[in-house]
Amino acid sequence: MDIYAHLDDVCVRYGEKIVMQNLTLDVVEGAITCIIGLSGAGKSTILRLLNGLKKPDSGRVIVKGQDITEMRERDLIELRRSIGFAFQFSALFDSLTIGENVALPLREHTKMSDAEIRKLVSATLDSVGLAHVEERYPSELSGGMVKRAGFARAVVTGPQAVLYDEPTTGLDPIITHVLTDTIVKLRRRLNGTAVVVSHDLESIYMMADYIAMLFEGAIVAYGTVEEIRRSPNPIVQQFLQGSEVGPIPI
Amino acid sequence: MKMLEDVGRGTINVFSYAGGVAELLADAVRFIAQLRIRVRETLDQAYLLGVQSWTIVLLTSLFTGMVFSLESAVQAVQYGVGNLVGGAVSFSAARELGPMLSAVVVAGRTGAAIAAELGSMVVTEQIEALQSLGLSPTRMLVVPRLVALVVMLPLLTIFADIVSIVGGMWVANIYAHISTESFITSARSVLPFGDVLKGLVKSLVFGVIIAIIGAYQGLQTRGGAAGVGKATTGAVVTSIILIFIFNFLLSYLLYGNS
Ligand SMILES: Nc1ncnc2c1ncn2[C@@H]1O[C@H](COP(=O)(O)OP(=O)(O)O)[C@@H](O)[C@H]1O
Ligand SMILES: [Mg+2]
Repeated sequence: MDIYAHLDDVCVRYGEKIVMQNLTLDVVEGAITCIIGLSGAGKSTILRLLNGLKKPDSGRVIVKGQDITEMRERDLIELRRSIGFAFQFSALFDSLTIGENVALPLREHTKMSDAEIRKLVSATLDSVGLAHVEERYPSELSGGMVKRAGFARAVVTGPQAVLYDEPTTGLDPIITHVLTDTIVKLRRRLNGTAVVVSHDLESIYMMADYIAMLFEGAIVAYGTVEEIRRSPNPIVQQFLQGSEVGPIPI
Repeated sequence: MKMLEDVGRGTINVFSYAGGVAELLADAVRFIAQLRIRVRETLDQAYLLGVQSWTIVLLTSLFTGMVFSLESAVQAVQYGVGNLVGGAVSFSAARELGPMLSAVVVAGRTGAAIAAELGSMVVTEQIEALQSLGLSPTRMLVVPRLVALVVMLPLLTIFADIVSIVGGMWVANIYAHISTESFITSARSVLPFGDVLKGLVKSLVFGVIIAIIGAYQGLQTRGGAAGVGKATTGAVVTSIILIFIFNFLLSYLLYGNS
């Protein structure tokens, strides 16, 4: 079992507020790791640590055996090109069409011809279940379509890992199912690693190889779906059952 | 004690602001030196900037040239030196009014727009999206705006110079009966061409200030829509103050011995 990325004793603060304290986590290569936890627990921050968008205040971040903690912005570029990031609200460039959004990393990083780019963009959009939207602008699409266009942009260059921030939050059950399926398929197609931040238990049970639960700045539980579901940890049980009573303060 | 602490914190903030701005500028200059300039985006920005600003520059410099002439012409004629009005108007237009007026107008219009646009890209995570694709926001967004402004602001300044001189000439003519020929002769004798160029050097510096401050404030945006508002006003206020300070410094350096 190879490790794709490793957070080692990481602390993160925003101003006075401590978000992560001595957090340690392994991300297994070739698997889907789901990160669960309350809103504001620091799940998105974990994704940002993994591609160097956020620097820890202390501790190390190791990705593919490389310590990226102190890496300069310039040197992070190579790494980031090998990691797709699907943002919670997709973060599509609203001045560009969907086609241009997905094509951007290809145009900037490859020597592909316009025709090749167009073909790959359209195939990638197809693979996330979006057809004939190249000419539309992000503001003209529904929430689920925007999410999928965000996936397409994140995976179009064939990255080794993809980070998904709340890919199904706020979407209807059918789209949720489709998107979960898409994440699993994309991971298989890329033969890579995925880290998914999600609240959506059903979708997590469907796709996760490993689950990590984040609570009060640390990973309080880690394991396979079965291990987490059977976890004796009252914090985990309260979270999974969505119960008001338990150790999690409301 | 409290006051000392505030002053201390204020000083640190000023330094970290200046440091951040300098870093952004250095980053942008590095891309420009490597000629990694996105031509299409730069042309779009230049076009947008020209379109946004030319009417306001026209109106502000026209009326400023006119009022300047109005005040000086009557006095000058009273003292029998009406033939100096053309020189006075064009001298101040090319050296001070043209560069300053166009810069202040563009700061309010385009500087604000840059901060608002980049700020809203920050709060919608589009800046992080660029970074996560391995793309530099400086190269993709800041450099085109910087180059566009540095090229366009001197052009707008030439336009402002001409408009304010023509406006002044017109008022001098109807109001104090100073002939166009006498106005132009006087302008020629007082205003060396070098001064016009020095005025354009100023506007080049102002262009850098407006673009970099607008971009820096935009990229530093925190806290949603309210943050974008703050970034925008912050960009306008800061760049206008810097324009005034640098105008003084540049006048001193460029014209100090003339
Ligand atoms: N740029 C920021 N400035 C200040 N506080 C932040 C910033 N980003 C995140 N935080 C705070 O850090 C905590 C963790 O944020 P985040 O990782 O987005 O949580 P999650 O994704 O689990 O909801 C939150 O309490 C949030 O308010
Ligand atoms: Mg989040």
